[in-house]
Amino acid sequence: MRKPSIARAAIPGVTAAARTDLPVLHSFKAAYSSPDGLGFSHWLASLPPWSLFLLVAMAGLWPLSALAQNGGYTAGQAFDALLRWIPFLLTSGFSLTILISFLTMLLGTVFGVLLGLGQISRNPVIAKTSWFITQVFRNSPWLVLLFIVMLSFPFEIQIGGLIIPVPDWMKAVIGLALPIMANISEIVRGAINSVPTAQWEAAECLAFSRRQTLFEIILPQCIKRMIPPWMNWYAILTMATPIVSILGVDEVLNLARQAIEAEDNHPELLIPFYSFVLVIFFIYCYPIARLTIRLERKFAVKL
Amino acid sequence: MSETNTATAANGWTPEQPIVSLKEVRKSFGELEVLKGITFDVMKGEVICIIGPSGSGKSTLIRCINALNPIDSGSITVEGQEVHDAHLDKLALRKKVGMVFQQYNLFPHKTALQNVMMAPVQVLKQDKKEVEERARKLIAKVRLEGKEESYPGELSGGQQQRVAIARSLAMNPDIMLFDEVTAALDPETVKEVLVTIKELAQDGMTCMLVTHEMGFAREVADHIYFTDRGVIVEHGPPATFFSEAKDPRTQEFLGQIL
Repeated sequence: MRKPSIARAAIPGVTAAARTDLPVLHSFKAAYSSPDGLGFSHWLASLPPWSLFLLVAMAGLWPLSALAQNGGYTAGQAFDALLRWIPFLLTSGFSLTILISFLTMLLGTVFGVLLGLGQISRNPVIAKTSWFITQVFRNSPWLVLLFIVMLSFPFEIQIGGLIIPVPDWMKAVIGLALPIMANISEIVRGAINSVPTAQWEAAECLAFSRRQTLFEIILPQCIKRMIPPWMNWYAILTMATPIVSILGVDEVLNLARQAIEAEDNHPELLIPFYSFVLVIFFIYCYPIARLTIRLERKFAVKL
Repeated sequence: MSETNTATAANGWTPEQPIVSLKEVRKSFGELEVLKGITFDVMKGEVICIIGPSGSGKSTLIRCINALNPIDSGSITVEGQEVHDAHLDKLALRKKVGMVFQQYNLFPHKTALQNVMMAPVQVLKQDKKEVEERARKLIAKVRLEGKEESYPGELSGGQQQRVAIARSLAMNPDIMLFDEVTAALDPETVKEVLVTIKELAQDGMTCMLVTHEMGFAREVADHIYFTDRGVIVEHGPPATFFSEAKDPRTQEFLGQIL
């Protein structure tokens, strides 16, 4: 990293070049999180495993405040309600969350890789278009993209005589896949660019075509480098899936809300139910983050 | 190694004519003109060394010969084929010209044997078994028996560089270009690479080397070119080049090195 030069900063009224024999004080460099794009996984993985018990304990402390209110509905009843609903929340709610995250990642990866390869294409039209699509979807608010997809896509597709219904959760997959696609496109482009150009030259000298070089020599070297950021995006995506509840998809957050309603909307239910949702997200994403960081360390050593 | 292309080529080139011929080659990087009219010929089986101070355009010159860098004017022909032609079949050129780099540039995800086998199998579509047999012989030739299954990261610099030489040879080139191949090596391993190149030269391979190894140039080269600031200042066979250097720049350079 080149340090910003003080001499180059214009000072009004000063035209002479800076001249001093004093030691130069360089700009202060604050500690910042690693710029490798794995910020989220680093943070999550840095939490100690007992954070989970802390989360549960915090949810458990709530009854004390509730008892003080003495509103007739006790904490015990609230937890009983939660226990009754847990199987349903897991099988109908969280399983859909995972399904959405899997399909989104699949869709986002397939199109993201294509877009990433498009970005390094020698054809300027393809390269510029891929770059533009990538930038647009990387820098758009996810919720806006979701609304556009939700409202503009038909609820069923008719092919000949066959009518294929498109449920809301499937539209949510498409809406979420757009930003994921764009971010994976950047991962692919970055990984390919991180391979030294000397590798391209060596392959060129051995009469490899550009396509052969890319698929036989460059990509095999960068797949390892793509895995940690790819997993990081999977964890971010999974954490972000509850936003589809706003659009009425019956994933875990929406079902938790509906369960509370079915239990007569007692305010005492809020913390147990939503804490439960938080805890299952933590249980699911925490190992992914830890694995991501482990893989990153392992792969960083080589090459 | 150079059993191919012995007959008259389609473009009328015969092995009696220069295998590589440069005429008034000029090349600039932006404002900086790095090659200012370079002219010389290399005959088949000749070993030539290009020496000179850093930044004198040696590496650029050698990279232009297999079209890694384009030139601005002049002509470079390899076996009668103009290299800087928009319709050049670059793949055909690179099958004839092998190149070895200062930084080895082996493919780190492949073993030594796979590095050597890759191009003949995937580019020339040769039979895998035959290629493997030849690759093992080449690895033995560069004295790396037993290292076939090692990855580049497990080999020393000198060993990697010898694998790189074997990898180029696997394509059966007619000409080998060496771009400061020992510059990144420590003094002990330099020798093992130079021995390999020397054996190659003795086998009759046409070699062009950019090098700082004066002793090696004196021993192996048929002809030495001294370049400085983009021109050939002086050239001659080693016997006369080292003892009778006339140009003051050459004298100064040799004085610093020898």
